[in-house]
Amino acid sequence: MGTSVLLNIEGLSIAFGGVVALSNVDLDVSSGALISIIGPNGAGKTTLFNCICGLYHADSGMIRFSGASLAGLKPDAIARRGIARTFQNIELFLRMTVLENLLLGRHLHFRAGFAAASLGAPHWRREEIRHREVAEQILDFLDLQAVRDRRVGDLSLGRQRMVELGRALATEPALLLLDEPSSGMTAEEKEDLVFRIRDIRDEMNATIILVEHDLKLVMGISDWIAVLDHGVKIAQGSPEQIQMHPDVIKAYLGEPTEGGADARTRGTAT
Amino acid sequence: MELKERYEEDLFLVRGALAWTALLTLCAGLFLLPYVARNYVLFTLSLVAVNAVIAVGLNLLVGYTGQISLGHAGFVAIGAYTAGLVMAKLPWPEAAAAWGLSWLAALAAAGLVAAIFGFLVGLPALRLTGPYLTIATLGFGIAVHQVLTNWDRLSGGRTGLFLPKLFFGPWRLEERPLYYVTILVAGLLIWVASNLVRSHVGRAFVAIRDSDIAAAVTGVNLTAYKTLAFAVSAAYAGIGGAMLAFILRYLEPQLFTLFESIYYLSMIVIGGLGTVPGSVLGAAVLTVLPQQLAGLKEWLPIVYGAAIMFMMAVEPRGLYGRWVKIRLWFKTWPF
Repeated sequence: MGTSVLLNIEGLSIAFGGVVALSNVDLDVSSGALISIIGPNGAGKTTLFNCICGLYHADSGMIRFSGASLAGLKPDAIARRGIARTFQNIELFLRMTVLENLLLGRHLHFRAGFAAASLGAPHWRREEIRHREVAEQILDFLDLQAVRDRRVGDLSLGRQRMVELGRALATEPALLLLDEPSSGMTAEEKEDLVFRIRDIRDEMNATIILVEHDLKLVMGISDWIAVLDHGVKIAQGSPEQIQMHPDVIKAYLGEPTEGGADARTRGTAT
Repeated sequence: MELKERYEEDLFLVRGALAWTALLTLCAGLFLLPYVARNYVLFTLSLVAVNAVIAVGLNLLVGYTGQISLGHAGFVAIGAYTAGLVMAKLPWPEAAAAWGLSWLAALAAAGLVAAIFGFLVGLPALRLTGPYLTIATLGFGIAVHQVLTNWDRLSGGRTGLFLPKLFFGPWRLEERPLYYVTILVAGLLIWVASNLVRSHVGRAFVAIRDSDIAAAVTGVNLTAYKTLAFAVSAAYAGIGGAMLAFILRYLEPQLFTLFESIYYLSMIVIGGLGTVPGSVLGAAVLTVLPQQLAGLKEWLPIVYGAAIMFMMAVEPRGLYGRWVKIRLWFKTWPF
């Protein structure tokens, strides 16, 4: 790895009632990395994202971003520091157009205040135009020009995921958290997505953490992979190491016990 | 479809020669009207202006930010009584009152005091959502009415509060001059609201309505923008209330009941939620309609209720949404 650590998580734990969602999780992500977090359903992957971006507050442990602690910060303050994300269930502004959704990604870069906006002051106007130019560039980058003025609610699921990605990119994040970006996408759209994620890392210099269920996609794209199971990080390593790791195989397929049927049911249930 | 060549063109509030012609014709018409129309018409149009201001403000909160308020008459009352008290109770020197300083100060104070109350009512909105918030605002509206009814020394109670005459230099602000003042203030506030909703502030409002989680993680400060929406909306209501006080020159608590809150909500539902022109349209319709139906006064709540249900079922985007559809149909005709 060598380069500086951008995100540093130490001993992160959070429980909801009696359910332990994350238990003593450590994670160091260096600047410029493209990593994945995998694990069965309910392993705590999305909870980890929610802790990083301030939607949940961990019971114990520490999250540092660029050396500074994120403890107690609200989601908008964390976004301002350079962390953007997408959601598993797509959280878009459905009654806005594609362009307007991307413009919201520029919201935290606005310097003009309420008074300037309500009077349509020249410096607000200049700023608005500058941000519109950035939004249009992202529309081009993600091939969304054709749907620029369409209401987001009218688009296909795959397109909506791209719009959400575009909105996250519009904030110019240092760290991008993608929560199952390929779910609901066709095979073609998935291939497209892989190229775009690589482009984002290379051209926009963003560090990317991916939560993903499509293991083929994960293995092909990641520098390294961390595996969560029941809130515990059970493995971390290169895609090859992870594929061979006995604990990972156990988490996904179940214990190899005498009764083979038992292992199979556990595998499908998780 | 007209082709746009610069990003700036997306920011124009009025687009194209036709729209400019319509707007200038409307302005000229409103300016010349007092020379031909009867005082009754001017009075009605002044009321339309007042209600348009209140409706535009309410729409910023309900239609754009998605925070339903059933207590808006409370903010209108606070504005009206602030204006009334500033004019009637403060010791204005003769000259200051003659030059209109008293009512200008009253107008500003009404907006400011109402905004402060709006901010305070907005604080619970950080925790409450949906019907719970609606009930909280409902309680606020009823509380304001009760306080005004029972705190005689402040409000004059049931006997009411009388405002002194309004002057502006050589003019006494009645009928024609007052009509100009209300139209001018309304025009200004409608312009401000139009600026606001196409800006990053307006987009943040709509973002909160559509998905507050996504708004927060993209960098919208929910605390700031929710309370801002309440404060701005209340300021509009307060200024509307002050102008209502100027027109009536007499205030009593019965002018600001729960029924008025529902009346204001009807305006924006019928005109079109989340549109500024729709608010004005709804205000105009619901100001003129009750006057025409004066014989059916007892039935008005039922008429409003039925109208809201009808619009929700048939045209959720309101009269303005219907107009946009008709315009689009003609634009693309014959396809």
